[in-house]
Amino acid sequence: MAAPHRDKHGRPLVVVTGMGVVTSLGEGKADNWAALTAGRSGIHRITRFSTENLRTTIAGTVDFIPAEPFCAPALSEQLALRAAAEAVGQAAIGRPGDFPGALFMAVPPVEMEWPQREALAEAGGRNGETDYGTLLAGARTGRFRAWHELFLFGTVAARIQERFGTKGSPISLSTACSSGATAIQLGVEAIRRGEVQAALAIGTDGSVNPESLIRFSLLSALSTQNDPPEEAAKPFSKNRDGFVMGEGAAALVLEDYDHALARGAKILGFILGCGEKGDGFHRTRSSPDGAPAIAAMREAIADAGLTPDDIDYINAHGTSTPENDKMESMGCLAVMGERMREVPISSNKSMIGHTLTAAGAIEAVFSLLTISEGRIPPTINYKVPDPTIPLDVVPNVARDAKVGRVLSNSFGFGGQNTCLVFAAEPA
Amino acid sequence: MTREVLVTGIGIVSNLGEGIEAHLAAIDAGRPGVVDTERFKPYLVHPVVPLEWERQIPKKSDQRQMEAWQRLGVYAAGLALDDAGLKGDKELLGRIHLICAAGGGERDYQVDSQVLTGLPQAADPGAFLNERLMSDLRPTLFLAQLSNLLAGNISIVHGVTGATRTFMGEEQAGVDALRIAKARIAANQGDIFLVGGSYNAERPDVLLVYEMAGLLWKDGFAGVWEREAKGGGFIPGSGAAFLVLEAREHAEARGARPLARLTYVCADQVRRTPGAAGESLDGLFAAAAAFDPRDGLVVSGATGVAGITGEEQAVLDRRTGGARRISTGDLFGNMLEPQFPAGVALAAALLHRGDARQAAVTSVGHARGEGLALVERI
Repeated sequence: MAAPHRDKHGRPLVVVTGMGVVTSLGEGKADNWAALTAGRSGIHRITRFSTENLRTTIAGTVDFIPAEPFCAPALSEQLALRAAAEAVGQAAIGRPGDFPGALFMAVPPVEMEWPQREALAEAGGRNGETDYGTLLAGARTGRFRAWHELFLFGTVAARIQERFGTKGSPISLSTACSSGATAIQLGVEAIRRGEVQAALAIGTDGSVNPESLIRFSLLSALSTQNDPPEEAAKPFSKNRDGFVMGEGAAALVLEDYDHALARGAKILGFILGCGEKGDGFHRTRSSPDGAPAIAAMREAIADAGLTPDDIDYINAHGTSTPENDKMESMGCLAVMGERMREVPISSNKSMIGHTLTAAGAIEAVFSLLTISEGRIPPTINYKVPDPTIPLDVVPNVARDAKVGRVLSNSFGFGGQNTCLVFAAEPA
Repeated sequence: MTREVLVTGIGIVSNLGEGIEAHLAAIDAGRPGVVDTERFKPYLVHPVVPLEWERQIPKKSDQRQMEAWQRLGVYAAGLALDDAGLKGDKELLGRIHLICAAGGGERDYQVDSQVLTGLPQAADPGAFLNERLMSDLRPTLFLAQLSNLLAGNISIVHGVTGATRTFMGEEQAGVDALRIAKARIAANQGDIFLVGGSYNAERPDVLLVYEMAGLLWKDGFAGVWEREAKGGGFIPGSGAAFLVLEAREHAEARGARPLARLTYVCADQVRRTPGAAGESLDGLFAAAAAFDPRDGLVVSGATGVAGITGEEQAVLDRRTGGARRISTGDLFGNMLEPQFPAGVALAAALLHRGDARQAAVTSVGHARGEGLALVERI
């Protein structure tokens, strides 16, 4: 038997053998990639609920997938199911309902929503003044037993576990807007430890509802340039004014390289490195010097056994908020040096919006497609360059390019910074 | 390569008090938990003791930005860092990895009540909801609701800024947080971790989730093992627990005082058909290194929920028969996410003072998830 493959740090190599994705652009890699490289936006006017009295009335919701009863955990579960089915199907690993590895799942924090509170209030005999006593009376009727499970934080992952037969205790996690990247990182770490030979990493988010939109709106995080909707998300542009909420999911089958080779699996790419660094500066704002984001990028590149000069393309966090894009640009320049002015960097969020919990996983799929297809998706809506961001943002039109190594950035509220390095070949 | 993992710091708060000594004293005195039967009648809760927040959260502005569940966690995390002798070492704090087990979602009850009262009369309910939420919600409430902002606040207040991750999923989140931290230290994927969680039970919105399935114990206080015959149920408890876990070499190099060795953390999550939780826990014991009941003790996280509590009891009788058994549910109720870290904290402290040579800590989550840790005296 040949000696096992190891990376530059002597650890098992981790490959991707299956990928699935759902966004507002469509279901599946083919539809998403076609739209993404055509520069098409999935952002539209919200029809799911009334937008009366709201400052932001647009989002990249996924309206073509039903969920019952309609709420964030139910939609997030459906999105994840479809992405995972595509990924596991492509990997052709295990048997149906018997995935030979662990599950790491980024899910939006779960809570009861207004339609359910309304139903409980009705059942509790609402008559005038209504409070949690009324809701608890509704709960005591015993008519809502199924909602207990629906609104537990661990339920979405448990249902994916049951459907795909992943092994062991599934992890539900949140690192805010870097959650999807953290799910992948946990899978990479488990394979490197030799604990598992395969892992299913998923990020999912179907939480565009009135209250979650209002929460971001009250923090002035969202774009209010509602008209036309498809032009609101404009990362790195001077007139950017906030992010646009999006929905979606992505799933990746991660495998020990030797395990994948032994079963003759098609290798879609390597995950060479992961880096993360907490930021204790502020609850929603990054350190002004970008130090934690810089540390996370550097750690990912070093963990990959590479140097900044080896990176061909950066899949940006690029939210389209004034602060993030400036900090990210500064951070990339610090890490990559003067060469950064020529390294292409683009933001998928210009087309699908910010898919929050799912973003890191969705952007991982797009990063790996960029490598395999030799085509870089653009940053659309780039009409007014920001002189403080002197970067090649692949403006408006996709570009053919040989891309061997991608750095993918994810930054989130609560000081979360997670970066991943994907590649066509081992370092 | 596999490295030894030591517990070098404990921070805990609950109805029994603040700090590990208060908890050991309550155990020694056979003092049951404090139960509040009035505030949420007919529901019972174990309320956390009043805390002087500024002792661990010096800035008022930080205190204001958090809701109770986060303040409890930041407070207990600070106690753990103090206990491990880590406070003030800025460079080291910046390298500590953090894994929090968290729920979230704290509500503004006044806003919710006004909306629910007004909705039936509203000409356009959607527009009314938007208008009320846009004008009545505090913008910063969101930050008190986000699950990962417990970790975020610990980073801000205590300067713990290695890698920070948050696991969700009720009791099992606490089990998996310890399991992953231990595995990463053992495999040289990190030297030092702060791991734990917090929970505020004194909230009608969390009572609501469990009452929908009739899982709350309402019939005056009874011990967890005695509830089965009367339908079962759990009493939620407020509190928080954090542990500092450290590779032995790392602890020795900085002269840290080891409390106990964490030798094993394992978890599974089976579909809950009758008997399945017991079988799962039994399987975790079977896969673990031998547990010797003659010089061992058991710290059980049994909730009191019908079926699974009896299943756990049967497994413990068979696997640990004769060993002293402590039920954390009788001490501070079910704190959900931090329950398992709290159990491991008690076990480590009891072993450290010489009560036994080895401890088994169990978790059978009220809805799903089974976990087992083995802790050894050093």
